[in-house]
Amino acid sequence: MLNHLRRSAVLTVVCFVVFGLAYALAGTGVAQVLFPHQANGSLTANGSTLIGQNWAATRWFHGRPDDFGPYAADPKKGISGGDNPLVANGVKGESGATNLGPRSKTLLEDTRILISWWHAHGVDPTTDLVTTSGSGYDPDISPASAFAQIPMVAKYSGVDPAELHRLIAKQVHGPQLGFLGSAYVDVLQLNEALAAAERAGR
Amino acid sequence: MGFFWTIVTLVVALGIAWRYLGSYMAAVFDGRVRWLGWVERPIYRALGTSPEREQSWKRYAAALLVFSAVSILFTYLMLRLQGSLPLDPQHLGAVPPALAWNTAVSFVTNTNWQNYGGETTLSYLSQMTLVVQQFVSPAVGIAVAIALVRGLTRRDASTVGNFWVDVTRCMLYILLPVAFLAGIVYVGQGGVQTLAGPAHVHDALNGVTQTIARGPIAFMEAIKQLGTNGGGFLNANSATPFENPTALTNWLSIFLLLCIPFSLTYTFGKMAGSRRQGAALLTAMALIFGAWVGFTSYAEHQANPAVAAAGLPHQPTGNMEGKEVRFGDTSSALFGVASTQTSTGSADAAYDSFTPMGGFGLITGMMLGEVSPGGTGSGLYTILLFAIVAVFIGGLMIGRTPEYLGKKIQAHEVKLAGLGILIMPIAVLALTAVAVSVHAGRAGPLNAGPHGFSEILYAFTSQANNNGSAFAGLSGDTAFYNVLGGIAMLLGRFAVIVPVLALAGALGAKNVVPAGLGTFRTDNAMFVGLVIGAIMLVGALTFFPAISLGPIVEQLSHGRFF
Repeated sequence: MLNHLRRSAVLTVVCFVVFGLAYALAGTGVAQVLFPHQANGSLTANGSTLIGQNWAATRWFHGRPDDFGPYAADPKKGISGGDNPLVANGVKGESGATNLGPRSKTLLEDTRILISWWHAHGVDPTTDLVTTSGSGYDPDISPASAFAQIPMVAKYSGVDPAELHRLIAKQVHGPQLGFLGSAYVDVLQLNEALAAAERAGR
Repeated sequence: MGFFWTIVTLVVALGIAWRYLGSYMAAVFDGRVRWLGWVERPIYRALGTSPEREQSWKRYAAALLVFSAVSILFTYLMLRLQGSLPLDPQHLGAVPPALAWNTAVSFVTNTNWQNYGGETTLSYLSQMTLVVQQFVSPAVGIAVAIALVRGLTRRDASTVGNFWVDVTRCMLYILLPVAFLAGIVYVGQGGVQTLAGPAHVHDALNGVTQTIARGPIAFMEAIKQLGTNGGGFLNANSATPFENPTALTNWLSIFLLLCIPFSLTYTFGKMAGSRRQGAALLTAMALIFGAWVGFTSYAEHQANPAVAAAGLPHQPTGNMEGKEVRFGDTSSALFGVASTQTSTGSADAAYDSFTPMGGFGLITGMMLGEVSPGGTGSGLYTILLFAIVAVFIGGLMIGRTPEYLGKKIQAHEVKLAGLGILIMPIAVLALTAVAVSVHAGRAGPLNAGPHGFSEILYAFTSQANNNGSAFAGLSGDTAFYNVLGGIAMLLGRFAVIVPVLALAGALGAKNVVPAGLGTFRTDNAMFVGLVIGAIMLVGALTFFPAISLGPIVEQLSHGRFF
């Protein structure tokens, strides 16, 4: 028994040094040398291309409604909102889904609000424009969701719909290696492209 | 079409792993792999042991239990003291006692149930402490499986191996190299790996400011999947782009969490001197797994009922509530089935928001006892329990004393196998009954109606199977759920491991009866059918009433919302 205890203590210390400290430090070292951009969070001038943001203004393409409408951050109700890796717009939170079940009244009502919001802005919404993501900050939307938003973005930004169509088509990432996962558009990259096109057009 | 090729590439990759990782693992546990001898030998010296000094099953079990108790205590203390320790860039305080208990038990039992939000609760050092258990706990599970295989294949033996040596070899030769290589791939695809603390960003286009949680995430991700652990750095687990950035890493995650459990059947066959014996178990595992993948991905490709009723009946991309665009519906369902049937419990989507039948696919996958292919080690030793029950039933049918690999299966062995199989359903059903009977338990669910019951049932099914996935709407961070969940996890782990090791000892002491004409064969289609039958029968008989009250009622409640 004492022998077991002594060996357990020794192996715990060894494992902590090897798999706790050395593994993480060596991994961080290799990562920072080989892929510093990715290892630090794929950060660009306007945020991370891997973290969704709340595009409240109608002149921009919107992402998943993780931090929008009925799902917006609200300190009073204790809702941290999505698009909220740790702190966003002053509200503290963490990644997470709504966890609303498939027969949830709340989900039904929230989705109704979102659908009528899109209709009021001239958009015929796709599924991923009225459903929230698993992480709460999905940076992507489907290509169909981007094309669907053209009437709204054209109206409020003043950019020609045909030009928007061209911008989106350039931003579509196909399924990886041709067959893995779904095609998507990164919303931050799409809006950055839109801003660049507007600057060039002026 | 994309989903088809996803499956095909996975099958090919897993087939290669089965053959080569399987034989490599057999070589590791036979002591024929020595390329890390320079690390291995000093560890044995410090432990005061050596591969030649084997243990009886009782000493093996005692070493395992003491080591696990010390691991729980160490992890608990590290979480309680994190505020006074380094590598805490967000200055997070101590983890409260009940939560620290639940978390420590959770990671030591290979469950990785998470009642905390990683990025807002744990310091970097605490996360690294949990990673230690993500190496240790799968190694312990595999060691137990290997001990059972030794019991089945040795004759007149009084020992089942050396616990310290088996665990050390498993971590050094199998888990460490594979996890490290996989970690590099995760980072290359966009996984975050830094100690620099959160990033502060400002978007000039929309005026949004964000504080983005970062950390040593990607390498934790690698061992989280490989060791069928499932506990991620961030609250939303593999759904977050920092843990699982692309469809490729999603594929890699599914591969990693399936590769060891499936390959261990090859290891078993190799150690038993008959590849066909391993292939028979593999076939039973793969058939169940394949059926569940088909069913669940079909269910998730259907429309979400609430979204449909809200005015969007046409959902060509399937149920997208709680799913990430880059993965899509069917790949998320595949991930969910792989994760729930390997005792991993990681999640690339919100399982709580799956369609009623999609959720049925996930929870029933666990209820079968985590055998298809099950957790690292635990999958093999649990399906071997079912195999023993199957030969017992087969023996009854033809009126002969049943044998498995030439070992006579007698009353003692059948009792131990039955005990190992029945602990989990008893724990799940009893604890769920307690939870729905008291106020503290009923206060947990987020969703109303049958889905609320499903959340409670899922929680105890997951913890007693050491899975760790959740219908995460349940508010599990209460004293009630923390303490009860901890008990479920301990029972599901150690109340199964001890009978399994006792079985290893009992079988090892027996001689081998030469196979004759009347011997019931355990390497053909008939036997595969019997094993699947035993698994299905036990699962259906014990859980059908409970599951009826959850997902099945929910599926049948057309037009009703709760």
